[in-house]
Amino acid sequence: MEIVRAFDAIWAARWPILDGIANTLLISGLSILFGTALGVGVGLLLSYGGRIVRFFVRVYSDFLRGTPVFVLILACFYILSVIGLQLTAFQAGIFALMLFCSSHVGEIVRGALQAIPPGQTEAAKSIGLTFRTTFFSVLLPQALRQILPTWVNTATEIVKASTLLSIIGVVELLLSVQQVISRTYLSLELYFFAGFVFFLINFVIEKAGRIVERKIAIPT
Amino acid sequence: MSSPVLEIVDLHKRFGALEVLKGINLTMHQGDVVSLIGSSGSGKTTLLRCVNLLEEYEDGVVAVAGEQIGYTKKNGKRVRLSEREIARQRAMTGMAFQHFNLFPHMTAMHNVMLGLIKTRRMKKDEAHSVAEKWLERVGMLARRDHYPGQLSGGQQQRVAIARAIAMNPQLMLFDEVTSALDPELVNEVLSVVRDLAKDGMTMLLVTHEMQFAHDVSSKVIFMDDGRIGEEGPPDQLFRQPKSERLAAFLKSSKFS
Repeated sequence: MEIVRAFDAIWAARWPILDGIANTLLISGLSILFGTALGVGVGLLLSYGGRIVRFFVRVYSDFLRGTPVFVLILACFYILSVIGLQLTAFQAGIFALMLFCSSHVGEIVRGALQAIPPGQTEAAKSIGLTFRTTFFSVLLPQALRQILPTWVNTATEIVKASTLLSIIGVVELLLSVQQVISRTYLSLELYFFAGFVFFLINFVIEKAGRIVERKIAIPT
Repeated sequence: MSSPVLEIVDLHKRFGALEVLKGINLTMHQGDVVSLIGSSGSGKTTLLRCVNLLEEYEDGVVAVAGEQIGYTKKNGKRVRLSEREIARQRAMTGMAFQHFNLFPHMTAMHNVMLGLIKTRRMKKDEAHSVAEKWLERVGMLARRDHYPGQLSGGQQQRVAIARAIAMNPQLMLFDEVTSALDPELVNEVLSVVRDLAKDGMTMLLVTHEMQFAHDVSSKVIFMDDGRIGEEGPPDQLFRQPKSERLAAFLKSSKFS
């Protein structure tokens, strides 16, 4: 029975595989965390920056969004070391995913802020609110609700993109499973297993996102 | 007579090459209710929005309670005030908008409380009781915990008026507050505005409700192509228009 053999193989390799899962979670988590922080900055600059700042941030964002993540990862790993920045494969990978994530989050934030009707800012001004208060009390709470669903989507994209780190030798879930396959030749079963774990991770993220979305929904 | 609540002297406003206000003069004293009427594009809403600097103006003076709004003179040059100063000045007036512009993520209560807490620096309890008082005045106390999306247009507008007036402004600005409402909801809002007028609130309003303007105003101004075409007490303006333009405008808006 191939299935039973597959389970045996997974069980036997449970520690390396769990390590791989942990790495996948760590890589994704850190990339999303840093990428979101940077992306919020990008979004704010795109929304409120001066013309020159906006131009450069726009170039940054368009360039990153127009580049395949695969290329970004290779570039961060190989090019950064050429210019003297010695990063491990793990660090370079997270760096690449963070950049990718930030460009997407930047656009999401910009779009969400832009989608708020100008009347909101005008009403805030009319009751004497400063820009700061307007931003934190009026604009941000509305923007966050807009951002959440797309941001969750970006987060799942990052989880999926983290598999690409295997090509620079980072032992995340996919590579740890491939290593088991190379010993057991149970490729179908084990790839299916890896796919299932990725699905599970993203399923949890999406489910959590939807719960939060419902919690913060504005009653109508 | 006391010093004017609002004084506008030779106000000019341009949108690029287009001059939309071509020298407006207007003085309002405590308790005055002035209605701006006129066809669209005549500059009435722009005039209103210059009073709290939602529109910048290029020339002339807008002063509320003796204080020029938005600009000052430094070494003979006109300089814009700091954002903080402008925010403080804006709170001297209250404004109700055509599309209400309530904050959708806050209850009616919190909509009214926000400015009280952030601008007027009230404690939460105090802000709460002031907000309660005004929500009651506009007949919305029972729905204080509702979100804007759960309220009808007329109800939203009444909350929006409470939000503005709770700030205790010296002057209320009403920008076509009934234009976006279904006909059956217009009266509930107009009666709130009427009540405020009766209480002696100083108000400048842009309206298309001619009967209402006639009933509520101490003075009506007919705006025509960026200028004051004609002004005077409502009876005079509506019954004996001097200019062809006003007569034609009144006819088209079916004032009876």
